[in-house]
Amino acid sequence: MYSVADLKKGLKLTLDGDPYIVVAFDFVKPGKGQALYRTKMRNMINGTLLDRTYRSGETFEPASLEDRQMEYLYKEGTHYTFMDQQTYEQVVMEEEAMGDAKNYLLENCKVDVLLFGEKAIGVTLPNFVNLRVTQTDPWAKGDTSGNDSKPATLETGYTLRVPPFIEEGELVTIDTRNGEYSTRVKG
Amino acid sequence: MRKRNLQLRANIIREIRNFFHVQGFLEVETPLRIPANAPEEHIEPCRAGGWYLQTSPEIAMKRLLCCGYDKIFQISKCWRDGERGSRHVPEFTMLEWYRGNSDYHRLMQDCEELLSFLADTTGCGNNITYQGRPLNLRHKAERISVKEAFKSFASMEMSKAIRTGCFDQLLVTEIEPALPQDKPVMLTEYPAEMAALARLKPGDASVAERFELYAGGLELANGFSELNDPAEQKKRFDEANLKRLQNGFPPLPLPEPFLNDLSAMPPAAGIALGIDRLVMLLADAATIDEVVAFTPEEL
Repeated sequence: MYSVADLKKGLKLTLDGDPYIVVAFDFVKPGKGQALYRTKMRNMINGTLLDRTYRSGETFEPASLEDRQMEYLYKEGTHYTFMDQQTYEQVVMEEEAMGDAKNYLLENCKVDVLLFGEKAIGVTLPNFVNLRVTQTDPWAKGDTSGNDSKPATLETGYTLRVPPFIEEGELVTIDTRNGEYSTRVKG
Repeated sequence: MRKRNLQLRANIIREIRNFFHVQGFLEVETPLRIPANAPEEHIEPCRAGGWYLQTSPEIAMKRLLCCGYDKIFQISKCWRDGERGSRHVPEFTMLEWYRGNSDYHRLMQDCEELLSFLADTTGCGNNITYQGRPLNLRHKAERISVKEAFKSFASMEMSKAIRTGCFDQLLVTEIEPALPQDKPVMLTEYPAEMAALARLKPGDASVAERFELYAGGLELANGFSELNDPAEQKKRFDEANLKRLQNGFPPLPLPEPFLNDLSAMPPAAGIALGIDRLVMLLADAATIDEVVAFTPEEL
C-alpha cells in the first residue's frame, strides 16, 4: 500500500481497477490549510489523463505490473496472441494496446509483454528491428528529380520512406521508437 | 540563472529592511528554537533538542507587543516538517511585521506599499510578467471576501465546502487559478472556523479579520487583526489539538507564557509574508527551487 508520501512522478498505482502512472505531481497547501497532493495520471491501458487531488492519510493500491518475455504467435481479427515459452501460458492483447508495435512484429518474434495482473496491456520491442522489404519501386538511375527517399512496404505491411537505392527483398533496420528507416542490412 | 535570482533575493531583503526602517519599525530577533509553537491543525513543527524549531515567529513577536513594543518586524527562518512542493521547502524565510493599535486594513495597505516599493527599488519596475502573465505591482489590490470568491469561482457554496471538508481543496484547485492575475489580490474575511489567531469581525462573528495576499497566483502573505483574548485563544489552541488527535497527529504543548501575557496586548495586527515566494514573483521563477541557495535534496 502506498501513502501520499510515496507519490512522485513515475509511480504506478491501481485506480478504479486500472493501472495508472503518475505523470505530474505537486504538493500544495494553503497557508494554514491542509496539505494537498495534486497529481496528473495516465491510464496505462487507454492513455486517458486524469487529474486527482489527495489529502494526507489517503492510501493507494500499487499496480501489479510485470514485464515478461514472450513469443508473438499470431493475429486473429484485432487480437494478438503471445506465449510464455517457459510455462506455455498464452495471453491475448487488443490491437489498441499494441500501439505502433504491430508495425514491427513478426510471428515467432520475442518481445517483452507488460502484464497488469493477468491482462496484457503493452509490448516493448527492441529499439531496432530488421525487416524485409516486400514492395518498392526500382531506383531509376539518373533520376534527377532530387527525391532522396521513396515509399517501401515491409513484410509486416508497414509502409515507410527509404533511400532510393533500397530494393525489394532487402533487409532493412527500423528504429521502433520513431518508425523510421535506420540502415540497410548488408549480406 | 540561480545566481541572478540569489542576487535579486539579497536586494529584496535589503530593500525590505529599508522599507520598514524608514517607517520607524524596530527590527527584532527572537529565538528560533522554542518550547512551544501555536498548535495548528495542519502545521507540523520540527523537533530540536527536546524543543521545537519555530513554525513562525508570531508567538515571540506578540509577546513583544505585550511588553509595549509598537512597530516591529523580523526576517527569520521557519521550519514546517514535510512541506515540499514547487512552492514549499520545509525550511523557508519569513518576514513578519506587527503594528500595535492597528488592524488588518492597515496591513493590506502595507502590502500594497511594500510591493510597489520593491518594484521601484529592486529595478523590477511596476509592470512585471509572472510566468507569462502581466502583473501591475502598483495597482491597488482587489479585495474579495472568501465567501464572494466561493460564489464567483467555486463549484460549491463556502458553507457547504466547510461542512464537507472541501474548503482547502476548492480554494487551491478552483479559486486560486481564477483570481485576477493582473493585480495583487486580497482574499479577506476568512470563515471563523479558520480564524487561527485572528480576531473575529466586530458585528459579524461568522468571519475573522484575516486575509491572504496573492500576486501572480502565488499566495504571498497571511495577515490578521490579532486575537487578544487569552481565554478564547486557549480554547482555539485546545480545539486545534483535538483536531490533531482526530487526524492521528500528536497534540502539541501550549505556549503558556504567551497565553499569560496576552491580556496585556493592545489591539494589534500582524502578518507573515514568505520571502522565497516574493523572490519567485519578482524573479519570474516557476519553482521555489530556483530562488534558494540549496534545496533539501541538494544537501
